[in-house]
Amino acid sequence: MLRGSEILKKKIIEKFSTAIFFICALASIISVLLICIFMFAGGIPAMGKIGIFNFLFGREWKPSDIPPLYGILPMIVGSLYVTAGAIIIGVPIGILTAIFMAKFCEKRIYKFLKPIIELLAGIPSIVYGFFGLVVLVPIIRKNFGGSGNSVLTASILLGIMILPTIISISEAALRAVPSSFYEGALALGATHERSVFNVVLPAAKSGVLASVVLGVGRAIGETMAVIMVAGNQARIPNDIFSGVRTLTANIVIEMGYAAELHRGALIATGVVLFVFILLINISFHFITNRKEAM
Amino acid sequence: MKVVTINKISLKSRILTYLRNPLSLFMLISVIIAVIITVSVLLFIVLYIIINGIPYLKPSLFSFVYNSTNVSVFPAIATTIYMVLLSLLFSAPIGILCAVYLVEYAKRGNKLVKYIRITTETLSGIPSIVYGLFGLLFFVTFLKMGFSILAGSLTLSIMILPLIIRATEEALKSVPDIYREGSFGLGATRLRTVFIIVLPSAIPGILAGIILSIGRIVGETAALIYTAGTVAKIPENLGNSARTLSVHMYSLSSEGLHTNEAYATAVVLLITVLLINFLANFIANRFKRGKNNAG
Repeated sequence: MLRGSEILKKKIIEKFSTAIFFICALASIISVLLICIFMFAGGIPAMGKIGIFNFLFGREWKPSDIPPLYGILPMIVGSLYVTAGAIIIGVPIGILTAIFMAKFCEKRIYKFLKPIIELLAGIPSIVYGFFGLVVLVPIIRKNFGGSGNSVLTASILLGIMILPTIISISEAALRAVPSSFYEGALALGATHERSVFNVVLPAAKSGVLASVVLGVGRAIGETMAVIMVAGNQARIPNDIFSGVRTLTANIVIEMGYAAELHRGALIATGVVLFVFILLINISFHFITNRKEAM
Repeated sequence: MKVVTINKISLKSRILTYLRNPLSLFMLISVIIAVIITVSVLLFIVLYIIINGIPYLKPSLFSFVYNSTNVSVFPAIATTIYMVLLSLLFSAPIGILCAVYLVEYAKRGNKLVKYIRITTETLSGIPSIVYGLFGLLFFVTFLKMGFSILAGSLTLSIMILPLIIRATEEALKSVPDIYREGSFGLGATRLRTVFIIVLPSAIPGILAGIILSIGRIVGETAALIYTAGTVAKIPENLGNSARTLSVHMYSLSSEGLHTNEAYATAVVLLITVLLINFLANFIANRFKRGKNNAG
């Protein structure tokens, strides 16, 4: 028999440990709150000083002019361009690869492919950037002229970098489609390919869409790889062969020597990026939750 | 007895089907082309860097002291190891205990659990440069840590938190309920059950998550430039600024003076990541096999 004091001791330990677990569980909530507070507190005052309209829609970024101009429209447009380019290049290849992995390949080939996709996800972005710098940039320069640092180069590199995200999430979505869909289509006389493309793929569309949304998030937030291949000129690009600067690049390039309002403007650039990402996260959440409701 | 396959299609009839359905043939070809592109891009990147970089892996590259002639990666390697250990020291206990709370303690339909899930998801979507800015504003400036490996590793520990939480959650969920019921039935408290029964059987899954977060730390650049700084020396204490391998590589390739050393550093980084991926896969596979045997 346990004595009363021992039971009490056990109860206290139990309560105490539960409290510790609870505090640890709050870590991610606290982190998100801290990030929001410090980002907004750091960026909003500068945005106010520059004027929100001038900041978001100003076409000139000239922090060393007198008076300095802090318009980040070129960077917003730049981020959107390279992200759109990455989507155009990465999404078709990614989805088709996912279809192959889920519905076309034998186990033997799958065992070889899966680690390759994981490795593609694991390569550090700085290595991708270096690869872009020493391989892609010269190729673009030779074939299309210019410096080779361009919207196109950044788009190709980002297109490669978002492949693993798109492939792994789309593949999971395709595998989650009940096999009766596929079998039903076959029984109606459709070929294997038509069954997969016309029946299974539409049934998995919300998962596939979610993978594209996550890919957009990854592309828009990518920093180091883009800096090394995009040229980083702070103006709106005329065509896909001219240089471009993204929101992320703007922060890394100038943060080292920025002071006062310039520094505030860079943090505000980070806030704009952060808001973009939050919007993407919300839409991802919305898409996946709707899928569960179905 | 002779086994007859009834749905086997001969090559000839398969070709005939494709000729009758050009659209199907087109679909098949486009899928195959996509896979070939994906695989060849990866092989090209890895092989290109390794083949071009290996000749530059000289012993002088690994000397203990960094100067502008040998551009040694040794300090960067030491810093990377410090950074991994420190970040895991902060993040692993908190992440694992958080997952324990989510899986073992929280009641179903708890509002708080929903918020924890949403914020964890949010954390995993935040780009590394935003972590870098936050680290600069909070750890470096507000908490007055300055550019230091302490500030860098604290920033990274927030970044890898979602990875560890999710991996641990998955691992805990795959521990069969019979284990817990058996333990409770023998009179163990919840705390004992968690630490003596549930966590030990979830170790491989947790380990795989931790190894993946090591990969993330090793590859991280943008979050570290403005938190840990770029000094190329072996840090003497937590308050020193120092550069990890990835930051080292960024400095080399953006200066443009040491392309050969940048190649060599890229090889070191790639091989580390290859090893980490292999290890994580190996552990996760053993885990799966063990589970199949148990079931």
